[in-house]
Amino acid sequence: MAELKRTPLFDAYAQYGGKTIDFGGWELPVQFSSIKDEHDAVRNRAGLFDVSHMGEIFVEGADALAYLQKILSNDISKIAVGGAQYSAMCYESGGIVDDLLTYRLSENSYLLCVNAANIEKDYEWMMQHAEGDVTINNRSDEFAQIALQGPLAEEVLQTLTATDLKEIKYFKFQDNVDVAGHKVLVSRSGYTGEDGFELYGSPEAIVALWHKILESEHVIPTGLGARDTLRFEACLPLYGQELSKDISPLEAGIGFAVKLQKEPKFIGQEALLAQKEAGLLRKSVGVEMIGKGIPRHGYKVFKDGVEIGEVTTGTQSPLTKRNIGMALLNTEFTEVGTEIEVEIRGKLVPAVVVAKPFYKR
Amino acid sequence: MSTPTELRYSKEHEWVKVEDGKARIGITHFAQNELGDIVFVELPEVGDELTINEPFGSVESVKTVSELYAPVSGKVVEVNEELGDSPEFVNESPYEQAWMVVVELSNPSEVDELMTAEQYDEMTAE
Repeated sequence: MAELKRTPLFDAYAQYGGKTIDFGGWELPVQFSSIKDEHDAVRNRAGLFDVSHMGEIFVEGADALAYLQKILSNDISKIAVGGAQYSAMCYESGGIVDDLLTYRLSENSYLLCVNAANIEKDYEWMMQHAEGDVTINNRSDEFAQIALQGPLAEEVLQTLTATDLKEIKYFKFQDNVDVAGHKVLVSRSGYTGEDGFELYGSPEAIVALWHKILESEHVIPTGLGARDTLRFEACLPLYGQELSKDISPLEAGIGFAVKLQKEPKFIGQEALLAQKEAGLLRKSVGVEMIGKGIPRHGYKVFKDGVEIGEVTTGTQSPLTKRNIGMALLNTEFTEVGTEIEVEIRGKLVPAVVVAKPFYKR
Repeated sequence: MSTPTELRYSKEHEWVKVEDGKARIGITHFAQNELGDIVFVELPEVGDELTINEPFGSVESVKTVSELYAPVSGKVVEVNEELGDSPEFVNESPYEQAWMVVVELSNPSEVDELMTAEQYDEMTAE
Protein backbone atom coordinates (compact mmCIF):
# COMPACT_ATOMS: atom_id res chain seq x y z
CA MET A 1 0.00 0.00 0.00
CA ALA A 2 1.20 3.49 -0.79
CA GLU A 3 2.34 5.55 2.14
CA LEU A 4 -0.40 7.70 3.62
CA LYS A 5 -0.14 11.44 3.15
CA ARG A 6 -0.02 13.63 6.23
CA THR A 7 -0.94 17.25 6.80
CA PRO A 8 1.38 19.76 8.53
CA LEU A 9 -0.74 19.23 11.66
CA PHE A 10 -0.06 15.50 11.86
CA ASP A 11 2.46 15.88 14.67
CA ALA A 12 -0.10 17.81 16.74
CA TYR A 13 -2.77 15.08 16.76
CA ALA A 14 -1.21 12.83 19.38
CA GLN A 15 -0.88 15.68 21.85
CA TYR A 16 -4.68 16.04 21.76
CA GLY A 17 -5.47 12.33 21.77
CA GLY A 18 -6.21 12.06 18.05
CA LYS A 19 -6.91 8.59 16.66
CA THR A 20 -6.03 8.46 12.97
CA ILE A 21 -7.47 6.51 10.05
CA ASP A 22 -6.83 6.20 6.32
CA PHE A 23 -9.16 8.69 4.68
CA GLY A 24 -8.75 8.55 0.90
CA GLY A 25 -5.00 8.10 1.21
CA TRP A 26 -4.58 10.60 4.04
CA GLU A 27 -3.74 9.76 7.61
CA LEU A 28 -6.26 11.97 9.38
CA PRO A 29 -7.81 12.04 12.87
CA VAL A 30 -11.21 10.35 12.97
CA GLN A 31 -11.70 11.55 16.54
CA PHE A 32 -9.91 13.13 19.49
CA SER A 33 -12.24 12.50 22.44
CA SER A 34 -15.42 10.90 21.06
CA ILE A 35 -17.44 11.52 17.92
CA LYS A 36 -20.55 12.20 20.00
CA ASP A 37 -18.82 14.68 22.31
CA GLU A 38 -17.15 16.42 19.40
CA HIS A 39 -20.43 16.59 17.48
CA ASP A 40 -22.09 18.08 20.54
CA ALA A 41 -19.29 20.62 21.01
CA VAL A 42 -19.70 21.95 17.46
CA ARG A 43 -23.49 22.21 17.79
CA ASN A 44 -23.30 24.02 21.12
CA ARG A 45 -19.87 25.67 21.48
CA ALA A 46 -17.04 25.26 18.97
CA GLY A 47 -14.77 22.65 17.45
CA LEU A 48 -11.55 22.91 15.45
CA PHE A 49 -10.92 20.67 12.42
CA ASP A 50 -7.74 20.08 10.47
CA VAL A 51 -8.86 20.26 6.84
CA SER A 52 -5.41 20.78 5.36
CA HIS A 53 -5.95 17.80 3.06
CA MET A 54 -8.39 19.89 0.99
CA GLY A 55 -6.98 21.08 -2.35
CA GLU A 56 -6.26 24.66 -3.40
CA ILE A 57 -6.22 25.27 -7.14
CA PHE A 58 -5.65 28.83 -8.40
CA VAL A 59 -7.11 30.10 -11.67
CA GLU A 60 -5.78 33.40 -12.95
CA GLY A 61 -5.75 35.46 -16.13
CA ALA A 62 -7.86 37.74 -18.30
CA ASP A 63 -10.06 34.80 -19.36
CA ALA A 64 -10.37 33.25 -15.90
CA LEU A 65 -14.05 34.15 -15.54
CA ALA A 66 -15.02 32.82 -18.98
CA TYR A 67 -13.07 29.65 -18.29
CA LEU A 68 -14.67 29.03 -14.90
CA GLN A 69 -18.11 29.72 -16.39
CA LYS A 70 -17.35 26.89 -18.81
CA ILE A 71 -16.25 24.29 -16.27
CA LEU A 72 -18.49 25.12 -13.29
CA SER A 73 -22.25 24.78 -12.90
CA ASN A 74 -22.94 27.93 -10.92
CA ASP A 75 -22.90 31.51 -12.24
CA ILE A 76 -19.35 32.61 -11.44
CA SER A 77 -20.10 36.18 -12.64
CA LYS A 78 -22.20 36.60 -9.50
CA ILE A 79 -19.16 36.32 -7.22
CA ALA A 80 -17.78 39.70 -6.17
CA VAL A 81 -14.17 40.06 -5.06
CA GLY A 82 -14.23 38.87 -1.44
CA GLY A 83 -17.04 36.42 -2.10
CA ALA A 84 -17.29 32.64 -2.26
CA GLN A 85 -19.72 30.34 -4.04
CA TYR A 86 -20.53 26.63 -4.09
CA SER A 87 -20.47 24.86 -7.44
CA ALA A 88 -20.30 21.51 -9.16
CA MET A 89 -17.79 20.66 -11.86
CA CYS A 90 -19.50 18.30 -14.29
CA TYR A 91 -18.70 15.86 -17.06
CA GLU A 92 -20.47 16.18 -20.43
CA SER A 93 -22.84 13.48 -19.13
CA GLY A 94 -23.93 15.75 -16.26
CA GLY A 95 -22.19 13.47 -13.74
CA ILE A 96 -19.97 15.19 -11.21
CA VAL A 97 -16.18 15.58 -11.35
CA ASP A 98 -16.18 17.32 -7.98
CA ASP A 99 -18.02 19.83 -5.82
CA LEU A 100 -16.07 22.84 -4.67
CA LEU A 101 -15.95 26.40 -3.37
CA THR A 102 -14.80 29.22 -5.63
CA TYR A 103 -13.27 32.29 -3.99
CA ARG A 104 -12.78 35.43 -6.03
CA LEU A 105 -9.46 36.85 -4.81
CA SER A 106 -9.28 39.78 -7.26
CA GLU A 107 -10.69 40.83 -10.63
CA ASN A 108 -8.98 38.00 -12.53
CA SER A 109 -7.87 35.65 -9.79
CA TYR A 110 -9.83 32.79 -8.23
CA LEU A 111 -9.12 30.10 -5.68
CA LEU A 112 -10.93 26.77 -5.94
CA CYS A 113 -11.11 24.69 -2.78
CA VAL A 114 -11.60 21.07 -3.90
CA ASN A 115 -11.95 17.66 -2.25
CA ALA A 116 -8.69 16.02 -1.20
CA ALA A 117 -9.34 12.74 -2.98
CA ASN A 118 -10.09 14.59 -6.22
CA ILE A 119 -7.19 17.05 -6.43
CA GLU A 120 -5.26 15.26 -9.20
CA LYS A 121 -8.39 14.35 -11.15
CA ASP A 122 -9.74 17.91 -10.94
CA TYR A 123 -6.43 19.46 -11.94
CA GLU A 124 -6.14 17.19 -14.99
CA TRP A 125 -9.73 17.89 -15.99
CA MET A 126 -9.15 21.61 -15.61
CA MET A 127 -5.93 21.52 -17.65
CA GLN A 128 -7.64 19.54 -20.41
CA HIS A 129 -10.31 22.20 -20.75
CA ALA A 130 -8.10 25.26 -20.35
CA GLU A 131 -8.39 27.89 -23.02
CA GLY A 132 -7.52 31.55 -23.53
CA ASP A 133 -5.44 33.59 -21.11
CA VAL A 134 -5.72 31.32 -18.09
CA THR A 135 -3.10 29.99 -15.69
CA ILE A 136 -4.05 27.02 -13.50
CA ASN A 137 -1.92 26.21 -10.50
CA ASN A 138 -2.39 23.37 -8.08
CA ARG A 139 -0.90 24.85 -4.91
CA SER A 140 -2.44 22.35 -2.47
CA ASP A 141 0.91 21.53 -0.87
CA GLU A 142 1.62 25.17 -0.03
CA PHE A 143 -1.51 25.58 2.04
CA ALA A 144 -2.78 24.25 5.31
CA GLN A 145 -6.37 24.82 6.39
CA ILE A 146 -8.32 24.65 9.62
CA ALA A 147 -12.05 25.07 10.22
CA LEU A 148 -13.34 26.60 13.44
CA GLN A 149 -17.03 25.72 13.61
CA GLY A 150 -19.84 26.29 16.06
CA PRO A 151 -21.94 29.04 17.66
CA LEU A 152 -18.95 30.37 19.62
CA ALA A 153 -16.56 30.35 16.63
CA GLU A 154 -16.82 34.07 16.03
CA GLU A 155 -16.36 35.00 19.68
CA VAL A 156 -13.27 32.81 19.95
CA LEU A 157 -11.63 33.96 16.74
CA GLN A 158 -12.40 37.61 17.50
CA THR A 159 -10.14 37.47 20.55
CA LEU A 160 -7.21 36.75 18.20
CA THR A 161 -7.73 39.43 15.56
CA ALA A 162 -8.34 43.17 15.26
CA THR A 163 -10.33 42.64 12.06
CA ASP A 164 -14.04 42.96 12.80
CA LEU A 165 -15.32 39.47 11.99
CA LYS A 166 -18.91 40.74 11.85
CA GLU A 167 -17.83 42.41 8.62
CA ILE A 168 -17.15 38.99 7.10
CA LYS A 169 -20.61 37.74 6.25
CA TYR A 170 -21.64 34.20 5.36
CA PHE A 171 -19.83 33.01 2.21
CA LYS A 172 -17.53 36.06 2.26
CA PHE A 173 -13.85 36.18 3.09
CA GLN A 174 -10.89 38.48 3.71
CA ASP A 175 -7.35 37.68 2.70
CA ASN A 176 -4.25 38.61 4.71
CA VAL A 177 -6.12 38.90 7.97
CA ASP A 178 -3.78 39.17 10.95
CA VAL A 179 -4.78 36.43 13.38
CA ALA A 180 -2.48 36.22 16.40
CA GLY A 181 0.36 37.60 14.28
CA HIS A 182 -0.18 35.30 11.32
CA LYS A 183 -1.54 36.36 7.93
CA VAL A 184 -4.30 34.03 6.79
CA LEU A 185 -7.35 34.00 4.55
CA VAL A 186 -10.47 33.99 6.73
CA SER A 187 -13.67 32.69 5.14
CA ARG A 188 -17.00 32.51 6.90
CA SER A 189 -18.06 29.10 5.68
CA GLY A 190 -17.96 25.47 6.67
CA TYR A 191 -19.26 21.95 6.38
CA THR A 192 -21.10 21.40 9.64
CA GLY A 193 -24.38 23.31 9.40
CA GLU A 194 -23.08 25.78 12.01
CA ASP A 195 -21.66 29.27 11.81
CA GLY A 196 -17.90 29.24 11.57
CA PHE A 197 -14.73 30.05 9.72
CA GLU A 198 -12.26 28.34 7.45
CA LEU A 199 -8.70 29.63 7.69
CA TYR A 200 -6.23 29.14 4.84
CA GLY A 201 -2.55 29.86 5.26
CA SER A 202 1.01 28.63 5.23
CA PRO A 203 1.66 25.41 7.16
CA GLU A 204 3.62 27.41 9.78
CA ALA A 205 0.79 29.89 10.33
CA ILE A 206 -1.93 27.25 10.49
CA VAL A 207 -0.01 25.01 12.89
CA ALA A 208 0.57 27.97 15.20
CA LEU A 209 -3.11 28.98 15.01
CA TRP A 210 -4.27 25.42 15.70
CA HIS A 211 -2.51 25.49 19.06
CA LYS A 212 -3.49 29.10 19.75
CA ILE A 213 -7.20 28.56 19.08
CA LEU A 214 -7.26 25.42 21.23
CA GLU A 215 -6.12 27.49 24.20
CA SER A 216 -9.71 28.76 24.33
CA GLU A 217 -11.84 26.99 26.91
CA HIS A 218 -14.72 26.99 24.43
CA VAL A 219 -12.99 24.94 21.73
CA ILE A 220 -12.05 21.28 21.45
CA PRO A 221 -10.24 19.54 18.59
CA THR A 222 -12.68 17.67 16.38
CA GLY A 223 -12.09 14.89 13.87
CA LEU A 224 -13.42 13.57 10.61
CA GLY A 225 -15.99 11.39 12.37
CA ALA A 226 -17.83 14.38 13.78
CA ARG A 227 -17.29 16.31 10.56
CA ASP A 228 -19.18 13.55 8.77
CA THR A 229 -22.09 13.34 11.25
CA LEU A 230 -22.37 17.14 11.36
CA ARG A 231 -22.47 17.60 7.60
CA PHE A 232 -24.83 14.64 7.37
CA GLU A 233 -27.40 16.10 9.79
CA ALA A 234 -27.29 19.32 7.78
CA CYS A 235 -27.64 17.20 4.59
CA LEU A 236 -24.54 18.66 2.99
CA PRO A 237 -23.47 16.20 0.29
CA LEU A 238 -20.17 14.30 0.31
CA TYR A 239 -18.35 13.44 -2.90
CA GLY A 240 -18.16 9.68 -3.28
CA GLN A 241 -21.47 9.20 -1.46
CA GLU A 242 -24.18 11.70 -2.43
CA LEU A 243 -22.17 12.92 -5.42
CA SER A 244 -20.26 10.97 -8.07
CA LYS A 245 -19.63 10.71 -11.79
CA ASP A 246 -22.83 8.64 -11.99
CA ILE A 247 -25.03 11.05 -10.04
CA SER A 248 -26.06 14.44 -11.39
CA PRO A 249 -26.21 17.56 -9.23
CA LEU A 250 -29.96 17.78 -9.93
CA GLU A 251 -30.53 14.27 -8.61
CA ALA A 252 -28.28 14.94 -5.64
CA GLY A 253 -30.34 17.97 -4.59
CA ILE A 254 -27.75 20.67 -5.29
CA GLY A 255 -29.73 22.17 -8.15
CA PHE A 256 -29.39 25.56 -6.42
CA ALA A 257 -25.77 25.54 -7.62
CA VAL A 258 -26.68 24.66 -11.20
CA LYS A 259 -27.64 27.48 -13.55
CA LEU A 260 -29.23 25.84 -16.55
CA GLN A 261 -29.76 29.12 -18.42
CA LYS A 262 -26.06 30.00 -18.64
CA GLU A 263 -24.77 31.29 -22.02
CA PRO A 264 -22.33 30.15 -23.18
CA LYS A 265 -23.11 26.78 -21.68
CA PHE A 266 -21.03 24.98 -19.05
CA ILE A 267 -19.79 21.44 -19.57
CA GLY A 268 -22.68 19.14 -18.73
CA GLN A 269 -25.37 21.79 -19.13
CA GLU A 270 -26.95 20.15 -22.21
CA ALA A 271 -27.21 16.81 -20.47
CA LEU A 272 -28.63 18.37 -17.31
CA LEU A 273 -31.17 20.40 -19.29
CA ALA A 274 -32.30 17.23 -21.05
CA GLN A 275 -32.47 15.44 -17.70
CA LYS A 276 -34.63 18.19 -16.25
CA GLU A 277 -36.95 18.32 -19.25
CA ALA A 278 -37.43 14.56 -19.27
CA GLY A 279 -38.02 14.60 -15.53
CA LEU A 280 -35.51 13.31 -12.95
CA LEU A 281 -35.47 9.55 -12.62
CA ARG A 282 -33.86 9.62 -9.17
CA LYS A 283 -33.81 12.03 -6.25
CA SER A 284 -31.92 12.28 -2.99
CA VAL A 285 -34.25 12.06 0.03
CA GLY A 286 -34.12 11.66 3.76
CA VAL A 287 -35.05 8.28 5.24
CA GLU A 288 -35.76 7.28 8.80
CA MET A 289 -35.86 3.74 10.12
CA ILE A 290 -39.13 2.52 11.62
CA GLY A 291 -37.74 -0.93 12.40
CA LYS A 292 -34.53 -1.62 14.26
CA GLY A 293 -31.27 -0.86 12.51
CA ILE A 294 -29.09 1.90 11.19
CA PRO A 295 -29.02 2.71 7.48
CA ARG A 296 -25.48 2.83 6.06
CA HIS A 297 -23.77 3.89 2.85
CA GLY A 298 -24.47 1.33 0.11
CA TYR A 299 -27.45 -0.41 1.73
CA LYS A 300 -30.13 -1.18 -0.84
CA VAL A 301 -33.63 0.28 -0.56
CA PHE A 302 -36.77 -1.62 -1.58
CA LYS A 303 -40.48 -1.00 -2.08
CA ASP A 304 -42.74 -4.05 -2.14
CA GLY A 305 -39.78 -6.30 -2.85
CA VAL A 306 -38.45 -4.22 -5.75
CA GLU A 307 -35.13 -2.40 -5.45
CA ILE A 308 -35.66 1.36 -5.78
CA GLY A 309 -32.29 2.82 -4.83
CA GLU A 310 -29.66 2.91 -2.13
CA VAL A 311 -28.56 4.70 0.99
CA THR A 312 -25.76 7.22 0.32
CA THR A 313 -25.03 8.13 3.95
CA GLY A 314 -26.59 6.95 7.17
CA THR A 315 -25.94 6.82 10.88
CA GLN A 316 -27.65 7.38 14.17
CA SER A 317 -28.09 11.14 14.50
CA PRO A 318 -25.99 12.21 17.48
CA LEU A 319 -28.45 15.07 17.99
CA THR A 320 -31.81 13.27 17.86
CA LYS A 321 -30.69 9.62 18.24
CA ARG A 322 -32.90 8.79 15.27
CA ASN A 323 -31.55 6.21 12.81
CA ILE A 324 -31.57 8.23 9.62
CA GLY A 325 -30.00 8.38 6.21
CA MET A 326 -29.88 10.06 2.86
CA ALA A 327 -30.86 7.83 -0.03
CA LEU A 328 -30.95 8.15 -3.81
CA LEU A 329 -34.32 6.69 -4.85
CA ASN A 330 -36.44 6.31 -7.95
CA THR A 331 -38.45 9.54 -8.10
CA GLU A 332 -41.86 7.90 -7.76
CA PHE A 333 -40.98 6.84 -4.20
CA THR A 334 -39.55 10.12 -2.99
CA GLU A 335 -42.61 11.76 -1.47
CA VAL A 336 -42.33 12.37 2.27
CA GLY A 337 -44.26 9.69 4.11
CA THR A 338 -43.63 6.93 1.55
CA GLU A 339 -43.05 3.64 3.34
CA ILE A 340 -39.98 1.78 2.14
CA GLU A 341 -37.60 -0.92 3.32
CA VAL A 342 -33.85 -0.84 3.85
CA GLU A 343 -31.92 -4.08 3.46
CA ILE A 344 -29.74 -4.51 6.53
CA ARG A 345 -27.57 -7.63 6.57
CA GLY A 346 -30.03 -9.61 4.51
CA LYS A 347 -33.20 -8.42 6.25
CA LEU A 348 -35.69 -5.90 4.90
CA VAL A 349 -36.32 -3.37 7.67
CA PRO A 350 -39.23 -0.87 7.45
CA ALA A 351 -38.35 2.80 6.97
CA VAL A 352 -40.05 5.96 5.76
CA VAL A 353 -39.13 8.89 3.52
CA VAL A 354 -38.71 12.05 5.63
CA ALA A 355 -37.96 15.71 4.98
CA LYS A 356 -34.41 17.05 4.64
CA PRO A 357 -32.37 18.55 6.19
CA PHE A 358 -32.33 16.76 9.55
CA TYR A 359 -30.80 19.79 11.20
CA LYS A 360 -30.99 23.51 10.58
CA ARG A 361 -29.48 26.09 12.90
CA MET B 1 -8.89 -0.89 32.56
CA SER B 2 -7.22 -4.18 33.43
CA THR B 3 -8.25 -7.33 31.59
CA PRO B 4 -10.22 -9.64 33.91
CA THR B 5 -8.17 -12.79 34.52
CA GLU B 6 -11.19 -15.05 35.09
CA LEU B 7 -12.29 -14.63 31.45
CA ARG B 8 -10.99 -16.12 28.19
CA TYR B 9 -10.52 -14.17 24.98
CA SER B 10 -10.80 -14.60 21.21
CA LYS B 11 -8.68 -13.01 18.48
CA GLU B 12 -11.82 -11.14 17.39
CA HIS B 13 -11.95 -9.40 20.78
CA GLU B 14 -14.79 -11.29 22.40
CA TRP B 15 -14.57 -12.41 25.99
CA VAL B 16 -16.03 -15.64 27.34
CA LYS B 17 -16.99 -16.45 30.90
CA VAL B 18 -17.60 -20.12 31.52
CA GLU B 19 -20.26 -20.81 34.11
CA ASP B 20 -21.64 -24.27 34.61
CA GLY B 21 -21.45 -25.64 31.04
CA LYS B 22 -22.55 -22.31 29.68
CA ALA B 23 -20.58 -19.40 28.24
CA ARG B 24 -21.40 -15.76 28.73
CA ILE B 25 -20.06 -13.65 25.83
CA GLY B 26 -19.26 -9.98 25.33
CA ILE B 27 -16.66 -7.74 23.70
CA THR B 28 -13.51 -6.47 25.36
CA HIS B 29 -12.57 -3.08 26.68
CA PHE B 30 -9.96 -2.87 23.94
CA ALA B 31 -12.63 -3.51 21.27
CA GLN B 32 -15.10 -0.94 22.59
CA ASN B 33 -12.32 1.63 22.82
CA GLU B 34 -11.33 1.02 19.20
CA LEU B 35 -14.94 1.26 18.03
CA GLY B 36 -15.87 4.44 19.87
CA ASP B 37 -19.40 5.37 20.90
CA ILE B 38 -21.59 2.30 20.43
CA VAL B 39 -25.09 3.25 19.29
CA PHE B 40 -26.63 -0.07 18.25
CA VAL B 41 -26.21 -3.74 19.13
CA GLU B 42 -27.81 -6.51 17.09
CA LEU B 43 -27.95 -9.90 18.79
CA PRO B 44 -29.37 -13.33 17.96
CA GLU B 45 -32.50 -14.71 19.63
CA VAL B 46 -32.84 -17.33 22.30
CA GLY B 47 -32.72 -20.71 20.55
CA ASP B 48 -30.38 -19.60 17.76
CA GLU B 49 -27.19 -21.61 17.27
CA LEU B 50 -23.76 -19.98 17.36
CA THR B 51 -20.96 -21.56 15.34
CA ILE B 52 -17.39 -20.83 16.31
CA ASN B 53 -15.77 -18.09 14.19
CA GLU B 54 -19.08 -17.30 12.43
CA PRO B 55 -20.81 -13.90 12.81
CA PHE B 56 -23.64 -13.93 15.36
CA GLY B 57 -24.53 -10.25 15.54
CA SER B 58 -23.07 -6.81 15.16
CA VAL B 59 -22.21 -3.67 17.07
CA GLU B 60 -22.42 -0.28 15.45
CA SER B 61 -20.61 2.84 16.46
CA VAL B 62 -21.54 6.24 15.07
CA LYS B 63 -19.22 5.59 12.18
CA THR B 64 -18.92 1.85 11.57
CA VAL B 65 -20.56 -1.56 11.71
CA SER B 66 -18.53 -4.41 13.19
CA GLU B 67 -19.56 -8.03 13.17
CA LEU B 68 -19.44 -10.14 16.29
CA TYR B 69 -17.72 -13.49 15.76
CA ALA B 70 -18.69 -16.41 17.94
CA PRO B 71 -15.75 -17.37 20.17
CA VAL B 72 -17.42 -20.73 20.90
CA SER B 73 -20.30 -22.84 19.52
CA GLY B 74 -23.60 -23.42 21.24
CA LYS B 75 -27.30 -22.70 21.55
CA VAL B 76 -28.32 -19.25 22.78
CA VAL B 77 -30.15 -19.51 26.10
CA GLU B 78 -30.08 -15.86 27.20
CA VAL B 79 -29.81 -12.53 25.40
CA ASN B 80 -29.07 -9.20 27.06
CA GLU B 81 -32.17 -7.27 25.97
CA GLU B 82 -31.02 -4.20 27.89
CA LEU B 83 -28.44 -3.45 25.21
CA GLY B 84 -31.30 -2.59 22.87
CA ASP B 85 -32.11 0.50 24.89
CA SER B 86 -28.66 1.07 26.35
CA PRO B 87 -25.97 0.24 23.79
CA GLU B 88 -23.68 2.64 25.67
CA PHE B 89 -23.21 -0.11 28.28
CA VAL B 90 -20.74 -1.63 25.82
CA ASN B 91 -18.53 1.42 26.31
CA GLU B 92 -19.21 1.92 29.98
CA SER B 93 -19.16 -1.61 31.30
CA PRO B 94 -17.91 -4.07 28.66
CA TYR B 95 -17.26 -6.95 31.09
CA GLU B 96 -20.31 -6.57 33.33
CA GLN B 97 -23.46 -4.80 32.13
CA ALA B 98 -22.68 -5.32 28.45
CA TRP B 99 -22.62 -9.12 28.35
CA MET B 100 -24.37 -10.02 25.11
CA VAL B 101 -25.49 -13.64 25.08
CA VAL B 102 -25.23 -16.83 27.10
CA VAL B 103 -24.83 -20.07 25.13
CA GLU B 104 -24.97 -23.69 26.14
CA LEU B 105 -21.56 -24.95 25.06
CA SER B 106 -21.89 -27.63 22.39
CA ASN B 107 -18.16 -28.27 22.40
CA PRO B 108 -16.66 -27.20 25.74
CA SER B 109 -13.12 -27.96 24.55
CA GLU B 110 -13.33 -24.89 22.29
CA VAL B 111 -12.82 -22.79 25.42
CA ASP B 112 -9.35 -24.24 25.86
CA GLU B 113 -8.31 -22.75 22.54
CA LEU B 114 -9.14 -19.22 23.72
CA MET B 115 -6.52 -16.85 25.08
CA THR B 116 -5.90 -16.07 28.69
CA ALA B 117 -6.00 -12.45 29.85
CA GLU B 118 -2.23 -12.36 29.73
CA GLN B 119 -2.12 -13.67 26.17
CA TYR B 120 -4.84 -11.26 25.10
CA ASP B 121 -2.99 -8.31 26.60
CA GLU B 122 0.10 -9.37 24.70
CA MET B 123 -1.82 -9.54 21.44
CA THR B 124 -3.43 -6.12 21.87
CA ALA B 125 -0.17 -4.52 22.99
CA GLU B 126 1.35 -5.19 19.57
